[in-house]
Amino acid sequence: MDTVQDANQKVEGEEKQTVTVTEKATPPATKASASPEKPKAAAKPSVGTSAGAKGKTVESAAPDPVNKMRRTIIWTAVGGFLATCFMMFLRFFLPRTIFEPSTIFRVGYASDFGFGVDTKFQQQYRIWVVRNAERLFVIYARCTHLGCTPDWKPSENKFKCPCHGSGYTSEGINFEGPAPRPMDRAHVELDPTGQIVVNTARLYEWPKGEEGHFNDKGAFIPV
Amino acid sequence: MEPEKPDKPVVKTGAGVAVVDEEPASAKENIKAELDLLKKKTSKETVLQEIEDLKDPTKSQIYKSMFRVKHEPTPRSRSLGVLTNVFLHLHPAKINRDAVRFSYTWGMGGITFYLFIVLTFTGILLMFYYHPSKGQAFQDILYLENDVPFGKLLRNMHRWAAHLMVITTWLHMLRVVLTGSYKTPREFNWSVGVVLLVLTLLLSFTGYLLPDDQLGFWAVTVGTNMARATPGLGHEGPFGPQLGMSPYNDVRFALLGGSIVDANALLRSYIWHCIAIPTIVSVLLAVHFWRVRKDGGISGPAPVQLESEMRAPGARAVKKQVA
Repeated sequence: MDTVQDANQKVEGEEKQTVTVTEKATPPATKASASPEKPKAAAKPSVGTSAGAKGKTVESAAPDPVNKMRRTIIWTAVGGFLATCFMMFLRFFLPRTIFEPSTIFRVGYASDFGFGVDTKFQQQYRIWVVRNAERLFVIYARCTHLGCTPDWKPSENKFKCPCHGSGYTSEGINFEGPAPRPMDRAHVELDPTGQIVVNTARLYEWPKGEEGHFNDKGAFIPV
Repeated sequence: MEPEKPDKPVVKTGAGVAVVDEEPASAKENIKAELDLLKKKTSKETVLQEIEDLKDPTKSQIYKSMFRVKHEPTPRSRSLGVLTNVFLHLHPAKINRDAVRFSYTWGMGGITFYLFIVLTFTGILLMFYYHPSKGQAFQDILYLENDVPFGKLLRNMHRWAAHLMVITTWLHMLRVVLTGSYKTPREFNWSVGVVLLVLTLLLSFTGYLLPDDQLGFWAVTVGTNMARATPGLGHEGPFGPQLGMSPYNDVRFALLGGSIVDANALLRSYIWHCIAIPTIVSVLLAVHFWRVRKDGGISGPAPVQLESEMRAPGARAVKKQVA
């Protein structure tokens, strides 16, 4: 919009300015009639026009003090509005409700599981229930290398990750391939009826070269 | 702004000359020249100069690479400012003051385009929470209305903008008729506009089914039932049965992806609404705007064309003698 207006003013201003230099002080009158909608801006003689640049009137003319309050308020309001929109835009991507399966679930009684690895909940909950002589625990079926689900190979008595070949013992302890640590174990507890309650949102790790948490309370159920 | 900074160009030209001079020399010297250049670039003076430049971003190399044209208060510089900007170049660098008079245009074309942008923006956001499958679709509408942050606002913006766009398109065409802007040489652009009107209506229609509620379902049932009567292509239309049309091979079948309004119809509606038609509309909009410029601007008399520039057979552009 500004460009258009100024371009039109320029044509008139150019003639005025080139005729005489002494008229520098008077253009406000002629300018005001040319564009009555913005008299303040027009009062400055032809700033931003070729005539103004050529005639060097920009420096010599006593500049009227321009009140920039109004444009500051408007631009602040516009900027604030856009900033608010952007915040809303970002907030939009964080849903308030999600429809994902619960991380807490029951898998039955301890007596349901025999010695060794039980894979019957792998598809549904991504876990293996493992039982040895003293303990029952739940391995979260996620390779500690890059997060694939390893396969249980009963004939070789080990877990093998199909992505990069990490191997784990039947208790989830890594012994080959790139995996840096044993697979995590999920929190287990018994509800009042004796059913095993698993929580895959609470995992027990054994970080490389550190003390493991596999003996913590909740990491296993003594049997 | 006017005088060039002495430091930087000197550094650059010096290094450039050095490299050019030693071109036939061994690779070792080339590496040495590169290292010298690197040294100069990381020298204290250069870094200080760059920090100094931060005070006036328009002097920085990044700014200059983005806005190549120097901004000067001359008409040429101002025109270049528009012409070298991808977002502004659709605008004419200069226009006649009278051409933008509100009573000539009502601003309706611009408003329609603005609404198209609003619809694209809100539509893309709505797509993030919408699954075009039976059962899930209506659940997603309820989810958007009641739970998604600003979902209700977005959906209503999309709905109202859609209604408004149909209205403003008609008003735009009305003013084109009233100002006689459909006449030569703008008749081609009028035709493009008519196609855009049809596509606008089709966008409204295909969007109607997407909530998968009773309103949309029956609207699309009725709408596609009309396709049964398409001459030649519908199984209830004239010559349809004679041409072998049945409910399982006619145009309605192709539109719905089946013989009833069901999951396939919903998915087809979604793809037409969100991808296919908007793409076609975008291309035609580009043509439309381009032709507005080439045919003499948003309003006012058509541009003068020399007879020698016109296509000879059947040329019907405005003929004016420029003797």
